[in-house]
Formats: sequence, structure tokens, C-alpha cells
Amino acid sequence: MSEPDKRYEADKTEWDRIAETPEFKDLIAVKKTFIVPAFVFFLVYYFLLPILVGYAPGFMSTKVIGVVNLAYLFALSQFFMAWTVAWLYVRAANNFDKLAKDIIHEAEDQPRNRPEAR
Amino acid sequence: MSTPLVMFLIFIAITIGITYWASKRSAGSSAYFAASRRVTGWQNGIAVAGDYMSAASFLGIAGIIAFQGYDGFMFSVGWLVAYLTVLLVVAEPLRNAGRYTMADVLAYRLNPRPVRAMASISTLTVSTFYMIAQMVGAGALVTLLLKDSGISYRTAVIGVGVLMIAYVVFGGMLATTWVQIIKAILLMGGTILLSILVMAHFHFSLGDFFNAIGHVTYHDKGQVVVKDFLQPGLRYKPPYGALELISLGLALIFGTAGLPHILVRFYTVPDARTARQSVVWAMVLIGSFYIMTTFLGFGAATIVGRDFISTHGGTNMSAPLLAQALAGNIFFAFISAIAFATILAVVAGLTISASTSFAHDLWTNVIHRGVERKPGEEVMVARISAFVVGAVAITIAIVLGPTANVAFLVALAFAVAASANLPVIVLSLFWRRFNTTGAVTGLAVGLLASIGLILIGPSLMAVDPPTVTGTARHLIQAKAWFPLENPGILSIPLGFLAAILGTLLSHEPSSEHKFNELLVRSNTGLGAERAGSH
Repeated sequence: MSEPDKRYEADKTEWDRIAETPEFKDLIAVKKTFIVPAFVFFLVYYFLLPILVGYAPGFMSTKVIGVVNLAYLFALSQFFMAWTVAWLYVRAANNFDKLAKDIIHEAEDQPRNRPEAR
Repeated sequence: MSTPLVMFLIFIAITIGITYWASKRSAGSSAYFAASRRVTGWQNGIAVAGDYMSAASFLGIAGIIAFQGYDGFMFSVGWLVAYLTVLLVVAEPLRNAGRYTMADVLAYRLNPRPVRAMASISTLTVSTFYMIAQMVGAGALVTLLLKDSGISYRTAVIGVGVLMIAYVVFGGMLATTWVQIIKAILLMGGTILLSILVMAHFHFSLGDFFNAIGHVTYHDKGQVVVKDFLQPGLRYKPPYGALELISLGLALIFGTAGLPHILVRFYTVPDARTARQSVVWAMVLIGSFYIMTTFLGFGAATIVGRDFISTHGGTNMSAPLLAQALAGNIFFAFISAIAFATILAVVAGLTISASTSFAHDLWTNVIHRGVERKPGEEVMVARISAFVVGAVAITIAIVLGPTANVAFLVALAFAVAASANLPVIVLSLFWRRFNTTGAVTGLAVGLLASIGLILIGPSLMAVDPPTVTGTARHLIQAKAWFPLENPGILSIPLGFLAAILGTLLSHEPSSEHKFNELLVRSNTGLGAERAGSH
């Protein structure tokens, strides 16, 4: 490669060690607590739309305001749902970043991983 | 010279200037393939939006809504919501663990050569098919838009092809990124203007606008029809309409996160945090755009009307014709130039992702086992393959001709991305037991199932009346064996199943042993590729 390789490198036992630290396990647990429910929620919310429109077109054609029907309002709500989930994720992810930063510092401070110690 | 042509030329001049500027900053693999990873969050967000909003979504969606009302709006919804999969599942791990391609992430813990070879075949398939669809569309569109200036379909296809090759070969990812950014800004600007003009037509009364949508009048088989265009069911009808809608949704929600030209964009930013910010920026733009398809599509349906559009170039002309109806020829030219910029930027994005995968995955890592024999070889190979990919796409587009039935190629690209790419990316990131056999079988089955089901589906199998001739005819003149245009509902489970079965039926302890490395890397960014200097 033409550019100098500035990447952190470590051998296998070191990756395994980091993976077993309580800090890392905590990060994974915190991420799961947000991402899994968020993912399931948006999938259910989204797929309700094609399922309802496909199997209950009559119900979805119910007019709510003037000619504007349930189908259009539910479709429109998907945009705001997506933006909201994204916004909540970004908020949660700031916390993931903090946790990850500590793990990175800890790993890079291991003496044998400093470039000069190699 | 016609006004659209002048506007095309201005856009071309600007983008060539950018390519020249970028060409001086594209030495070295990281600079060429990933714009030195120095693209900022908002820049990349706009570029992702630019890469994503193809002619299919600008001209196509306006046309589908103008002709089939509410059902067309279902595409708009799926195209945005799909970014939640990108945001929650793939963008950050990919940036943390990869270098230039989707296969980088798979190669960490799996046997790199077979996995890269299969991933590259899948990437090349998606990119080339998608590109051919765009090129045929571009050629047909340009000839239609410039019909007074005597530019033929062939000239238009060659023109688009040569420009896209030039951006990629000389300007690399940096030029491609800025072409996307300019195009996305133009597209947003044009769409906002068009939406405002539609509302002005209805005296800024949403009530009047929606009332008009509730009573759209057109001719069907000689009869005058009045339809409520907000009502579902104009496109997706029984008996298979509901399944088709769900299948389409699956392909969009899981396919977007497996589209190679979208995934490579996340390598152009400095870190995972910026990758995340860029998805959010992209979602703001993409969401606003697709909400505005309400004005574009329903505006065309109510103000221009199906009858007029049918006799003036067909569904794809809905948005330009709406512009003409609202603000005359100059605005028609402006919207046409935006459509042209849209196509050009998307094909450039596809070309760079295809050529990167060929050079980085197949050439360097599969054929030469991860070693560049001399500095700059990888970039040189990418430049040559960009040229070849472009030439192949131009040739096929010319052979097929402007009337070719190619819309299914877009559905195919999403189906392959959802059925082949996404399952292996997800399983590789989250399943410790996953292994090489699983990745190869998953990619192969996902790819073949998507292609096979489209081949025997209604897009390629149908009985045409004798009035339909040439490449516009369906490939197989028989009743379709598989009833859906979108194979996702079957091909995605098949892709996952093949990946899981392949894994369970084989043993590869090394893949499990290396899972911790990928887990730590993808979740923390430890050891991730850093931004380079110019």
C-alpha cells in the first residue's frame, strides 16, 4: 500500500482478551438493548403498511380528513417514524462512542501494542 | 441550440472541472478508492442521497404515481425506511472493519479467496445490471428531451458512458463524490421548486390539492374514468398484489443495505461516527425528497393528466412535462438537465463500485493473494476495469435499444443485494458459528434464486400481442411460472437458509476463533483505517 499503515494491530490473543473484558461486554449489551428493539419495532411498523394495504384495502381507504385516507396517512407517518428512530439512535450512539473510546484507550495503552515497544 | 442541451453542457463542464481537480488528488489506493477517507459527514450524506436517488426514483416514481396513484407512493416509503437497516446494522461495522469493499468485512474471519470471489461476482452482477437499466433509460430520455437537436439514442448512450468513464478513471472516488453532491443538490432544488409550483397551482391549499387527487379524470380504453388516486389498488391488484407489495418491501428494506455502490460510500469518511452522521444526513434528504414525490406524482396526475403524458413520451416524462405545464420551456429544460445529471451521477457511482470490487477483491486479493506486485497496481487495474465495465454497459445498452424492457433490472439489483449480500454481511457480523462454506453458499443461492425467479417471473415471461416487437417483447413468450415481479419474499429466505445450512453442514474452527477480532473491530473501531492526507 502506498500510504503508511497507521492502523492498530494486535495478535489473536489480544483481540480475545479485549472481547472478554467487562467494558467490551458492557458495550455490546448496551448496543443490543437499543438496536434490537429499535430494529424489531421499525420492521413491524413498516411491514404493517404493505400487509394492511395489501390485505385490507377497504379499511385502509377509510377517509380521515376530506379525501385523505388512512393508507396515505399511515404511509406518511412512516417518514416521521424513520426520522424519529434515526434521531433516537444517534442519541443512544453517543453513549456507545464513549464506551468504545475507553476500550480503545485501554487497548492502545497496553505496553506491547505501542509502536515503540515492538 | 435547444435550452436543455445548453443546461446539459453547463453541468458537463462543471463536472469535468471537478474531475480535473480530483485527478490531482487521487494517487494511491486510499485516495482513489475512498477519497482519502476525508469526506465529511454532511458531504457523504448528500453523496449517499445522490447515489441512491436514481432516474428510477426521480422520473420513475413521478410516473408511477402519476399513472397508478397511491401504490406508487409505496416505493417512496420503502426507499426511505430502508435506511434504518443501513443505519442500525451495516454502516458503522462496515466502516470500522473494512477498507474498500463489502467483501473486506467478510474476509476477516472467513477464507478470503472464495468469499471475495463470490462477493465480487455478486457486486459486479448488481452493478452491471443496474447500470444497463440506467443507460437504456438515459439514452431513451436524452433522445426524447433533445428530440429537436437530432441527437440519436446511440449518441446519447455513448455520451453518458464516456462521461461516466471519464469521471471514474481520472477522478476516482473524490470526483464521483462531488458529482453526486452537485447532482443531489440540483435534484433537491428542482424538486422543491416543482413542489412549490404545484402548490401555487392549487393556490397553496392542501385541501384543493387533495380534492383534485381524489377525482383524477382520464381515458381508459376509450372510456372516461374518474378515480380516487389516493386509494390503494391501482397497481397491485388481487390475487397477487398483496404478496407483491410485501415482497417489494422486503427487497427494499434488506436490499438497500446490500447495494455495493451505497456501501462503498461509508469508506470515504474518517470514522464510524461520521459514517453514522452521513446516514442521518442522507435520511433527511432522501425522506424530504420522497415526501415531495406526493407533489411530483399527484401533481402530474392532476395538472398534466395521464392522457397527455401517454401521448407525449410516456410515464417517465411525467416530471419534465409537469415542469413544462407549470413554468414553460425553460423549467422543462432545467428539470430535464437534472434528470440527465441524476442518471450520469448514478452510473458513475455504479462504475466505481464495480471497478473497485474487481481490482481490490478479484485482482489483488483473489488472483494475487493480497499482494500488490508493484505500487499503484490496484488503482491501475481499477481504472482499466472501469473502462471495460463502462464499455460493456454502453455496448449492451446500444444492442438492447431504447424500447428494451429493462425496468426489471432495477428490481433484480435490489433482489440480489437483499438475498445474497445482506444475509452474508449480517451473519458474518453477528453469528460466531458462521463460516466460509455458509458465505459461499449464501451468496451463490441468493444470487441464483434472484436471477432465476425473475427469469421465470412476469417481468421476463409473458405473452405479448404481435404489435409489441423487438427487445420490448418479453424474453419468454409463455405464462409466468412465478407470479411476482419481486422475488424477495422467496429469494431472501433462500439466501439466509443457504448461508445457515452451508455453515451447519461444515466445520471451520478458524472462523469461530477469529470472530472476536471482527467483533471488537466492528464495534469499537479499534484498528480501523484512518483518514489519509492529500
